[in-house]
Order: sequence, then C-alpha cells, then structure tokens
Amino acid sequence: MGAANGHNKTPRRILSILVNNEFGVLSRISGLFSGRGFNIESLCVAETLDPEVSNMTIATSGDEQIIEQIIKHLRKLIPVIKVTDLTELAYVSREMVLVKVHAEGDARAEAMRLSEIFRGRIVDAAQKSLTIEVTGDDDKIQAFLDLIRPLGVKEIARTGKIAMARAQKG
Amino acid sequence: MAIKLGAEMVLEALRKEGVEVIFGYPGGAVLPIYDALYDSGLRHILARHEQGAVHMADGFARASGRVGVALVTSGPGATNTVTGLATAYMDSIPVVVLTGQVPTSLIGNDAFQEADTVGITRPVTKHNYLVKSVKDLPRILKEAFYIASSGRPGPVVVDLPKDVVSSEAEFEYPETIALRSYRPTVCGHVGQVRKALEMLFAAKAPVVFVGGGVILSNAADRLTQFARQLGVPVTMSLMGLGGFPGSDPLSLGMLGMHGTYQANMAIQNSDLIFAVGPRFDDRVTGKLETFAPKAKIVHIDVDPTSISKSIRVDIPIVGDARAVMGQFLEELERNEPPKEYFDHLEHWRGRIENWKALHALDYDRNGSRIRSQHVIETLYNLTGGDAVVATDVGQHQMWVAQFFKFGKPRTLLTSGGLGTMGFGFPAALGAKIARPNETVIAISGDGSIQMNIQELMTAVQYGIDVKVVILNNSFLGMVRQWQELFYRSRYASSCMAMVPDFVKLAEAYGAKGFSSAVPEDVVPILKEALVHKGPVLVEFRVAEEDNVYPMVPPGGSIGDMLLV
Ligand SMILES: Cc1ncc(C[n+]2csc(CCOP(=O)(O)OP(=O)(O)O)c2C)c(N)n1
Repeated sequence: MGAANGHNKTPRRILSILVNNEFGVLSRISGLFSGRGFNIESLCVAETLDPEVSNMTIATSGDEQIIEQIIKHLRKLIPVIKVTDLTELAYVSREMVLVKVHAEGDARAEAMRLSEIFRGRIVDAAQKSLTIEVTGDDDKIQAFLDLIRPLGVKEIARTGKIAMARAQKG
Repeated sequence: MAIKLGAEMVLEALRKEGVEVIFGYPGGAVLPIYDALYDSGLRHILARHEQGAVHMADGFARASGRVGVALVTSGPGATNTVTGLATAYMDSIPVVVLTGQVPTSLIGNDAFQEADTVGITRPVTKHNYLVKSVKDLPRILKEAFYIASSGRPGPVVVDLPKDVVSSEAEFEYPETIALRSYRPTVCGHVGQVRKALEMLFAAKAPVVFVGGGVILSNAADRLTQFARQLGVPVTMSLMGLGGFPGSDPLSLGMLGMHGTYQANMAIQNSDLIFAVGPRFDDRVTGKLETFAPKAKIVHIDVDPTSISKSIRVDIPIVGDARAVMGQFLEELERNEPPKEYFDHLEHWRGRIENWKALHALDYDRNGSRIRSQHVIETLYNLTGGDAVVATDVGQHQMWVAQFFKFGKPRTLLTSGGLGTMGFGFPAALGAKIARPNETVIAISGDGSIQMNIQELMTAVQYGIDVKVVILNNSFLGMVRQWQELFYRSRYASSCMAMVPDFVKLAEAYGAKGFSSAVPEDVVPILKEALVHKGPVLVEFRVAEEDNVYPMVPPGGSIGDMLLV
C-alpha cells in the first residue's frame, strides 16, 4: 500500500489523471500547478492502452480544501478526461530508483547484500562502484536509501511514483 | 466535400458561426487570411492597436452575448493581445482570437516575428490551440467557438501558422462537437434546488446576491421574477449590475469595497445569502473571516472551481444560472413559503430601509466645482438609463457603479476582474457595432483614456457613434485616494500634471470635442453631445481631490466602512 504518511506536514495525495494525448497537455497541467501555487512532488506520464490517452500520476500535498481545488481545476482543463484521487481508494504505488554507490572492499559486499535484501538488481558494476536498481513503494525505497547512504552514494535517479487503484475484490 | 484553402476555411467557419464582424490588424503571417478577407463580404474593423481590437471584440461580446472575434498577426501582434485576453478571461467573456504564426517549419527557430503564442496565452485563456495541419482546422475552429461560449465562457486563441492557412484540404465544417473531456453542467441538482428553497423559506433575513454569471447566462429576467415573487432584497457585484433593476425598491445596489452602506450592512446581518453566479472576489468579501458571519450560503455557479474557493458554501448548486433559476421558478409553482416568511421579510426590509436612510449615496450639489457623481447622474437622467455604458478603471468606474442605476443586463461594460485601464473606450466601440441603434457612452478618467486613445481614429474612420466622457481630476484618482488614506497623502507619481487639450485632440482625429469646468455647463454639454451625430469627446475638469465613499479599507471587514 502507498504511504499516506509522507515526510510532509500536510498529507500526501496521489492523483491519477487521464488526459487526451495531445500537444502541450503537460505544460497545461504543470502550468496550472505553478500558476495557482500548488505543489508537485512527482509526476509521471505515459501512454495508456488507448494511444490517444495518457495517464499522469501526480504526487502532491495540501489540506482538504487545496486538494479539492486542485482536482476541480484539473477537471476544468479541456484535455483532462478523468481525475481520480487514489488516496481515497485502495491503491498500489511503485517507484523505481537507481543508486550508484561507492563499493570498494567491505562496502562492496555490503552493497550487494542490501541489494539482495531489497530484491534489487545490480545493473552496472565498475571497480569502485555499483549501480543498484530497486523498485517498491515509498516505505521500501526510503528504507533502502537510508541503509545504502552510509556507504557513500554518488548519484541517485528516481522515476517518480506510478499508481493504480486496486481491483474490487469478489 | 469541397477543397478549400486554410484561409478560406477560417472565413467559412466564421460565417457558419454567425460572425458578421471581425476586429483586427494585419501583418505578414496573416496575409493569407487578409487576402481571403478582401472579397469575402465579412466586415473588418481595422483597430489602431491589437489591444484595442481585442477589447472591441470583448465589448461586442459583452453587449450582444455573442462571441467576439479578433484577428492579429504573429509575434508583436499576438503579444499585444495579452492584456485583452486576460481582461476577457477574468470576466468570463466569450472571445475567439485568431493569431498568425510563422510557418510550421520555422517554429522554434526564433524566426522573424515568432513568439510562443500558445505558451504566452495559456494562463489567460480558457483554452488555446496551435493548428499544425490544415486538416485539423475545421474541427479546431468549431471547438474554439463552442468552448468560448459554453459553460463558464472565456477567450480562446487559435494560432494559425502561415503554411497551414496557405495549404488546401477537404473542408467540411463539423455539425457536432466530440469533446469527451469537456461537458459543462447545465441543470442544477434537483435535490439541492429543493433544499435551497426550503432554507430560503426558513430564513428571516435573506439577501439575493447577483454576480456576473446572471448576465452571462441571460438569467436576469428569471432572477428578477424570483426575487420579486419572494420579496427578497437584492445586491449585486460590479459584474452583476444590470442583473436586477437598480431602481427597484428591492435593490440594495452594489456590495463590497465601494458598495452601498445598506448592501454591506444587509450582508453582514443576513442569515441566508442566495448567491447566483458570483465568485466571491476579495473586493466583494473584504476580510474573509468576518464576511457574512451569520449567514448560510447557497451558491449557484456553472464553474465548480468558483464554489467554496474562498467562502465556505452550505448548498452548492453547479449549473447554468438561467437553467437553475428556471428550476427554482418551477419549484415555486408547487411550493409556497409559510405565512410567517412574509412577516419576517417585511421586518427585514424595514431594517434595510433604516440603513438606506442613514447613509444614502450622496454628494454636495452646491459647490463651485463639477462633481463626477453629478456628471454620471446627469447622464442617467438624460438617457433615462437607456444606454450602454462602458467604463475604464478607477474612481469614475466606482461612481458609475454607484450612481448609474443599471436597469437591464449587458448595459454596463467594465473590466471587473483584471481592472484594465484602457478597456472602456474600445469596448464601447465594439458595443456600438453590436447595438448600432442604442446610445453608447464610454465614461473614463484622464489617466485611463490615454491608454487607448488611438482608437479615436477607428471611431471616426468607421463613424462609430460613441460618446466619450472624460472625468478629468488631474490625478490617477483612485491611486491618489489610496495614497491619501493609507500613505499619508504622499502623492508619488499619481498627479497627471499634464494632459493634452482634449478638444483639440478630438478635432485632430476628426471628432467633436467639448470641455468645461463649470457645473452649469454639464447639462447643456451632455445634451448636445448626446444628439450630435458621430463620435464625441467630452472633458469635464472635475473636483481634484474627491474620494469614493463608502470605502472598506483593504483587508478590512465589509461591515467597517469609511463613510465620509
Ligand atoms: C493598465 C493599468 N495600469 C495601472 C492600473 C492601476 N490603477 C488603478 S486605478 C488607476 C488610476 C486611474 O486613473 P484615471 O483613469 O484618471 O481614473 P480616476 O481614478 O481618476 O477616476 C490606476 C493607475 C490599472 N488598473 N490598469
């Protein structure tokens, strides 16, 4: 399950937005957030099964009233088809992180062990460093980063969160 | 299906949308469209500045309820439209602006007269398009007009690269719109309508609050019937003036920062605000925490983002004001208020009468200087209120709102949301073209009029018979008023120490000019100006340091008004 308890004071929200896959749609959405002083923590976009429609996952934060305004404003944009606040539903979310970590001597073994514990993969190896790929929800990624950091992280890249409502049971 | 040039498609689409007049200014990138326009029979008004052209299209739309259209070239032509677009956007006015663009092969190259028009105008339009292929042109034009005029209306920009309008394709103008992501709500939720009516029947001190949505959706007649049938006092925002007859005994006039004493007191003491199409702008509410502290709020608006944006609403009703007021009237046929309702209302109207008597709008009528209020009142009396009045922005705008008792919708044209100086005169020109048989007056200040004075040439060239009345107080009056009240009268750069000789200026453009500083001249000059055939510029040199009252200081509660 996604972490509702993020690191911000205001609750984190995950919005799933279906949009017409047309020129400039990303700038309309990001412009709405910046123009009205709303905050984007992460944003992912990709095509859906229908190539004319894209799905955006936006992680944002704000109190009840701000989130309501964000959702209403998103719905008002002409190319936006549907907005779902996944935080209101049961949902799964995942993010992938690539970490290039210093890995010489003991650190190399420790890095490989951590990768295994978090079911990561080593996707690049050099004499002095390893690059590890880990996928998971917020908590898992955060835990992995907390443990790997003391080894000496050289570089991090994150995909941002993607999310989906869980199927109805029964 | 016929093969057509992109430029011809544009004009054909305009015809199909019932457009008869375009306000514009040519340039390189739109030459193909102008070439097609040459023998098209469509009327084109050549403005003297693209900002003027957009305000004209806007004034046309406000006065007629139809979509106004402007056509400009790429680069500077397009950037000059930004203020006009933002003005229309803030007041939800249906305008379609067609901008030229460099050929698609050059876009992104910093080509001559290239600007990222779609990027620049995105935050000030309801929607905008860059047309990348001539095949998309018919659909996009159809959508542009539909989006501009439906739901909460607003301006739409269609950016037209030169090669797109110069190439050919099959043309069939779509009959219908297939926009799966845009379907504005029209009718209100029936349950909410009933609940709201019950709440109103139970109220002891209700107020109807009319916003611009009533004008935009042509709901004034229904709203007026509703308020009269139930005997509810009515107040209006600046944009709502004309939505309910200003001379009706139930009218409290405008509320807010420069609202009447009775309107603000009624709101502060009300137990139910029945709001139709306002957006609870900060100039209306003053300090949010103290606004209407005892009132429940019913809010009818076609735009869900307006509801509970700043003020918490008890009964939201999303829908078109005209349709929803129709639902309320139907409901009233089946349902009557309880008898005690009318007793409560009579008592409530009595309290309001006392407030009215305590601090009626007034000014000194015996001084040696012309007072702006007097000029406006005289215009009201001479026209019998039967005129379309456009204003600029400042003190004169507020005095118009206070002293001209607008009786009908679409008779006040004013930049309420953006507060754009320079709007009034070109908007009046657009309005006169929409309603050629009516008296159209632009009331302006010595500051504002100089922001689009070049359109006087447009007025004279096309014989657009608009009366411009300049209330010259030798100051940027509203700025001076704030400096007097909140900056210890330090009049930094608000003194218009020099203005042109307006009579000579009018004459230089080929218009008729009048000027006076004598109160006795006001009536005869205005009489003469109103009967004169053709554009007239009247300057009255009025009392310099006059202030607009009542005034709620910025950030204050609307119950705390400065009254002198
Ligand atoms: C384009 C623009 N620039 C600046 C302002 C700020 N402003 C608001 S009222 C005002 C003074 C207007 O003066 P004038 O047109 O003479 O009208 P008055 O207040 O004297 O009636 C100014 C400068 C504005 N509203 N619009």
